Amino acid sequence: MTITAITMPKWGLTMIEGKVLGWLKQEGEAVAASDELLEIETSKITNVMEAGETGILRRVVAAEGATLPIGGLLAVVAPSETPDAEIDAFVAGFVMAEAADPGGDEPNPTAPRETEVGGKRLRYLHLGQSDGPAIVFIHGFGADLNTWMFNQPVLAEKRQTVALDLSGHGGSTKVLDYALDPAGFGTDVDHVLTTLGIDRVHLVGHSMGGAIAIAFAAAQPARVASLTLIAPAGLGREINGAFIDSFVKMERRREAQEVLRLLVHAPELVSRAMVEDVLRYKRLDGVVEALQALADGWFPAGAQRYLLMDRLAALATPAQIIWGREDRILPAAHGEALAGKLPVHILDNAGHLPHMEKSAEVNRLIAHFVQG
Amino acid sequence: MPQKTIRQALNEALAQEMRRDPTIIVIGEDVSGGAGTEGQRDAYGGVLGVTKGLIGEFGEARVIDTPITESAIMGAAAGAAVTGLRPVAELMFSDFFGVCFDQIFNQAAKFRYMFGGKAKTPLVIRTMVGAGRSAAAQHSQSPYHVFTSVPGLKCVVPSNAYDAKGLLIQAIRDDDPVIFCEHKLMYDLRTEVPDEPYTIPFGEANIVRDGDDVTVVALARMVHYTNTAADELEKDGIEIDLIDPRTTSPLDEDTILESVERTGRLVIVDEATPRCSIATDIAALVADKAFDALKAPIRRVTAPHTPVPFAPDLEKLYIPSPEKIAAAIREVHGYGK
Repeated sequence: MTITAITMPKWGLTMIEGKVLGWLKQEGEAVAASDELLEIETSKITNVMEAGETGILRRVVAAEGATLPIGGLLAVVAPSETPDAEIDAFVAGFVMAEAADPGGDEPNPTAPRETEVGGKRLRYLHLGQSDGPAIVFIHGFGADLNTWMFNQPVLAEKRQTVALDLSGHGGSTKVLDYALDPAGFGTDVDHVLTTLGIDRVHLVGHSMGGAIAIAFAAAQPARVASLTLIAPAGLGREINGAFIDSFVKMERRREAQEVLRLLVHAPELVSRAMVEDVLRYKRLDGVVEALQALADGWFPAGAQRYLLMDRLAALATPAQIIWGREDRILPAAHGEALAGKLPVHILDNAGHLPHMEKSAEVNRLIAHFVQG
Repeated sequence: MPQKTIRQALNEALAQEMRRDPTIIVIGEDVSGGAGTEGQRDAYGGVLGVTKGLIGEFGEARVIDTPITESAIMGAAAGAAVTGLRPVAELMFSDFFGVCFDQIFNQAAKFRYMFGGKAKTPLVIRTMVGAGRSAAAQHSQSPYHVFTSVPGLKCVVPSNAYDAKGLLIQAIRDDDPVIFCEHKLMYDLRTEVPDEPYTIPFGEANIVRDGDDVTVVALARMVHYTNTAADELEKDGIEIDLIDPRTTSPLDEDTILESVERTGRLVIVDEATPRCSIATDIAALVADKAFDALKAPIRRVTAPHTPVPFAPDLEKLYIPSPEKIAAAIREVHGYGK
């Protein structure tokens, strides 16, 4: 009989602890893999944790309101026939796994690294190991590799994964010195893959990063094993031009909060720390100019310039589309229009960030798709 | 992201801006880092090491050591600013403002207005504030409220290294005179600071922690004392909204008012003396614009209305302590319950 520990997950680069906001399953209830178990709040974000195992939720160790470090014991799942005494012994004997940070001068394997190409810096996060093609995550306009905080660590348990900051974004150089079109950004992807010696990839692109993924696959089809496009740009003219405009111009916390809430279905997902992170990025010299140039290039006059439906249709590469039904930036209709031609998953109660809002479901879809 | 001290953050801001814009100069006593004689240059980098390395990189035409005469430093800097340079002048101790206040108060602050908007005065005055080093009554004051009261001046009071760098770069790029107050006990405080240059807009408060029970507004070193108090209070279930205005002129009134409208309770913590101060100013603001939201009297935790004592024990009593801050918050929190 197996007793399984449910422990505090690590979401994002800066998370060190999490707070139990509330349990969605009660002690004694049956849980199946992917059932929603509890809500956890970090300094950045609140998210639902799902069960990984099937069994009975035998013991809730961390009550509502408790704050635990990463790896701390939240609860115990076991079959109904396991005696209480064994559960007691398991809880009493539970030892937290050692933190991954080796300290000292050793580079931390879970921290992002940087590579220099032609005087430009590109930041990337390389997690996990496998022989097959690596999963490569490409973020959207104004975002960075942290957007994959709920996805990359989970998928890295079984595969090699890489998330990068595109030029002008995150920890990469805030200079855009090549063609500002979907193919142009492929240069960044190329540089990071060359640095890591990676040839074949499964591309996962969000929003603008989705269009970049399509262009990359069209340019180098032999290297791309599959495409997962999450609310991708490039599949229709419409875009929320007011959002793009406000995102470029916003300077203050209050306006930023209003603007960022457009990204999600449940506005409380946008925490003060998340707003602060975006503002800290936007305050760096060169960022507003870079975003303005991007907005002018990709979304002039509040519409999308680059339409990639034909290029996507011409690809032999397997592709799937994931979209939030409540997306207020790019309409889910762009994805629905392709249903029947390729797998299209429209997720309820999700906005423009389904990979964060419905992370477990998106992770399952990606994991299943890359297995072929 | 690298951790940096406030000293390093300020030094980096100065160096990066001086590289970007050749019209930026640094002027003051010992800013070259020694006594100004051969062999002693850059020995320390100003009295507290903030300008270290600048004389070597930018030379004596842009890093100007002056005689000990604050009126000459501020007069020269104000004149340079209005005629095309962007000086960062150092008034070593803010306590000395009295001898150069005409240059600041009646000249630099008034140029734009007196010349009908045709003149600009991109002047930054860096100066030290704060008690706690037994530096006695003439080297320990926090007179930022004096600068705040002058129309035409902007006033910055940072509490951490991230804010210090972004606000100093913003101050240097601003076309109006800015008084930049550095707490002399905080130079070694460390936090994450990006290597790249960045700016923080003036008049945008930082929310240090969230809570629905009591709004607390604190500046500079008092932000950290209040945080210590808040950690204790949290164990008893009292959660505060801690607001660091970062700039006292302009002041982010909206953030303070919005918070008080939610909590109904306000404590202001200020290391300066209590009369005609930032604490009284914010108390008046809230009494004026959010009176209906208040559920308890506004409490101020400040120094007493006396000179700063030299004796260490007395000086310790003089500065608001985490214990005094916690007691005031408890009192306001419990009022009327």
